[in-house]
Amino acid sequence: MTGSWAQAAQVLTGPVNFNIDALGTNFWQLTIDGLAYGAIYALVAVGYTLVYGVLRLINFAHSEIFMLGMFGQYAVLLLLGFTPSGNVYAEGTLMTIFFLGTAMLGGMVVSGGAAVGLERLAYRPLRKRNAPSLVFLITAIGASFVIQEFVHYILPQLTNNELGGVNAQIPIRLVAPEEQFSIFGATVTNITLIIVISALILAVATDMFVNRTKFGRGIRAVAQDPTTATLMGVSRERVIMLTFLIGGLLAGAAALLYTLRVPNGIIYSGGFILGIKAFCAAVLGGIGNLRGALLGGLILGVMENYGQVLFGTGWRDVVAFVLLILILMFRPTGILGESLGRARV
Amino acid sequence: MTAPLDSRPRGGVGDGFRLWWNALPRPVQWVFGVPFIALLAALPLLNIPLLTTVGTNFGSVMAQFGMIALIAIGLNVVVGQAGLLDLGYVGFYAVGAYTVALLTSPDSPWNQTGPDGWLSKDWAWLAVLPIAMAITALSGLLLGSPTLRLRGDYLAIVTLGFGEIVRLLADNLEEITGGGRGLSQVAYPRVGVTDQFPLGIFSAGNVGKTLNSGVWWYWVSLFLIIVVLLFVGNLERSRVGRAWVAIREDEDAAEIMGVPTFKFKLWAFVIGASIGGLSGALYAGQVQFVVPTNFNVINSVLFLCAVVLGGQGNKLGVILGAFIIVYLPNFFLGRTEILGIPIDGDSIAEYKYLFFGLALMVLMIFRPQGLIPVRQKLLAYGRQLYVAARRRSEEATTSSGPSTVEVNK
Repeated sequence: MTGSWAQAAQVLTGPVNFNIDALGTNFWQLTIDGLAYGAIYALVAVGYTLVYGVLRLINFAHSEIFMLGMFGQYAVLLLLGFTPSGNVYAEGTLMTIFFLGTAMLGGMVVSGGAAVGLERLAYRPLRKRNAPSLVFLITAIGASFVIQEFVHYILPQLTNNELGGVNAQIPIRLVAPEEQFSIFGATVTNITLIIVISALILAVATDMFVNRTKFGRGIRAVAQDPTTATLMGVSRERVIMLTFLIGGLLAGAAALLYTLRVPNGIIYSGGFILGIKAFCAAVLGGIGNLRGALLGGLILGVMENYGQVLFGTGWRDVVAFVLLILILMFRPTGILGESLGRARV
Repeated sequence: MTAPLDSRPRGGVGDGFRLWWNALPRPVQWVFGVPFIALLAALPLLNIPLLTTVGTNFGSVMAQFGMIALIAIGLNVVVGQAGLLDLGYVGFYAVGAYTVALLTSPDSPWNQTGPDGWLSKDWAWLAVLPIAMAITALSGLLLGSPTLRLRGDYLAIVTLGFGEIVRLLADNLEEITGGGRGLSQVAYPRVGVTDQFPLGIFSAGNVGKTLNSGVWWYWVSLFLIIVVLLFVGNLERSRVGRAWVAIREDEDAAEIMGVPTFKFKLWAFVIGASIGGLSGALYAGQVQFVVPTNFNVINSVLFLCAVVLGGQGNKLGVILGAFIIVYLPNFFLGRTEILGIPIDGDSIAEYKYLFFGLALMVLMIFRPQGLIPVRQKLLAYGRQLYVAARRRSEEATTSSGPSTVEVNK
């Protein structure tokens, strides 16, 4: 009997290669790559966390907003005259930055518009009826289906099969990964640099917007106490629209950064798992907390990168979810807690 | 999380029917119920023209409906009654299916149907059924005990993570679960072996005729649904059910009133899980083949939709929700006309998620409580109160206009 148990244990642990050496030798490389991935999670997570902070709603369709952003930036690149071939264009540094910037703006416009439109069409009627939170969640799921299927079936018919459909888009690649410099023996590519720098700028800008400006004060006021905020002259509807807009804009920016990293990821179902991860990141940091979402994204990105080397590529998502469950067991409201609405003394 | 409260004036057809039904004595309810169940069971055999699916076999559709209905009943215990948002229910379905597959498939290292196993080949499925339920209940306990202290949306994401973890385990533990190849030749009840059906009536090979394996599985699941409904219905009317409602409506208030909320939440989770496991075991037996892709998160979402669509908290409502989710896409498949009006059924079936999403959004705006909403009864007095209320409302209507008696909360 003991033999069979040992055998069972061996079968169980067989496919899990516990490769601690690889983790040790590649530690800094993994950290840097993980940070780049985590920066993308962080930007998407902000959309979840702001909407949750203001409306107490899991915007399940936010992953689809992100997916629309990928298509938005792709469409802009098509309009700029690029033909999808999968080869890398060499446009010179300045022009590349210009094209990337334009594409990012395109993605942001599409995502931001879609997020605001979603709020108007799907959530506002429910808010008027004082629907319970599960109803919002189901509507969000319904909207998620509709947006995915729109890109899956309807968009190709509207665009003469240029966009959407069953298959992923043939990538338009503007930047080839190229080593720029190295820290602690880890190579930093230009793509990593672009992702980290853009994400940093956007994160700081969002943080300043929410914590320093008049609009940001309105968001925090509504998150803290909608009724009192309304009495103090804050327009709740406008604040809600604003939070959806910020979330959408950041998702659109993240969409461009993501396609730099994963050029073949532009597909109608491409937002789903990333959305779940970003939501995990938001919960990890403390949902409703802006800085928590940014921190949670980075932690998740780095940890799952360690995990996939330690246990094998297939275990990457498992590491992410187990990490989430573990952290919530010990800190039930996330690492930084829910504090978007807490008053500043 | 609060259950949708209905502000419409009472007294529609549905409420009238409900009042009448609840006032009937139990034996009379059975007298009406049995022929109705018999009719439901006979549906796949009657071949009603507008009801029967064209593109796929109606028996298999009904078998699938039976399984999803079981799942909806189980998920309804968790979501509808105890108010715990579970987005990873498919995980329990997968655990149930994989338990059966691991113990009975020849591809599995833990196969017990071989020469030195302890399962007979013909009855392996039935023997494994309680094991599958027990293991799924255990997995519910394992997931629930650390996570049920979390509230609302945190619980939702943790359960969603659990559902994904189960699927990824099935995908990654290749030596045991066969990974993406899955496990084939899962056991099924090998009964009714004749020359015509050399592998028995429950074999997936029994196809094409009116009385195919799908119909047999539909009947099995119908029987299990009735058993589970009786069990869950009794629970609902007991102390446990009252505790669940109290937790759903206001957890803090329930705790203050002396309800051990954690314990009852865990009960709801474990009972819901074991029903999910039962359905998973049915699935494994019916298709005799399990692969990880059948247990995607999207299925969890669909199950939740069945519950909310039908009316969370209402057992018959969620069964209707399950029927709609399974039946509608299959209804349009291969259909070229409805009542003489030509339609392109295949492309409608292809766009099913689009229509489905739109329907969910519209439904949530106009009927957020679901198609058959639950009515909150004064559970402690139950039947007596109904009888009394009905008598008094009848007196009131005969003497002076509409009744003012408010039986429903």
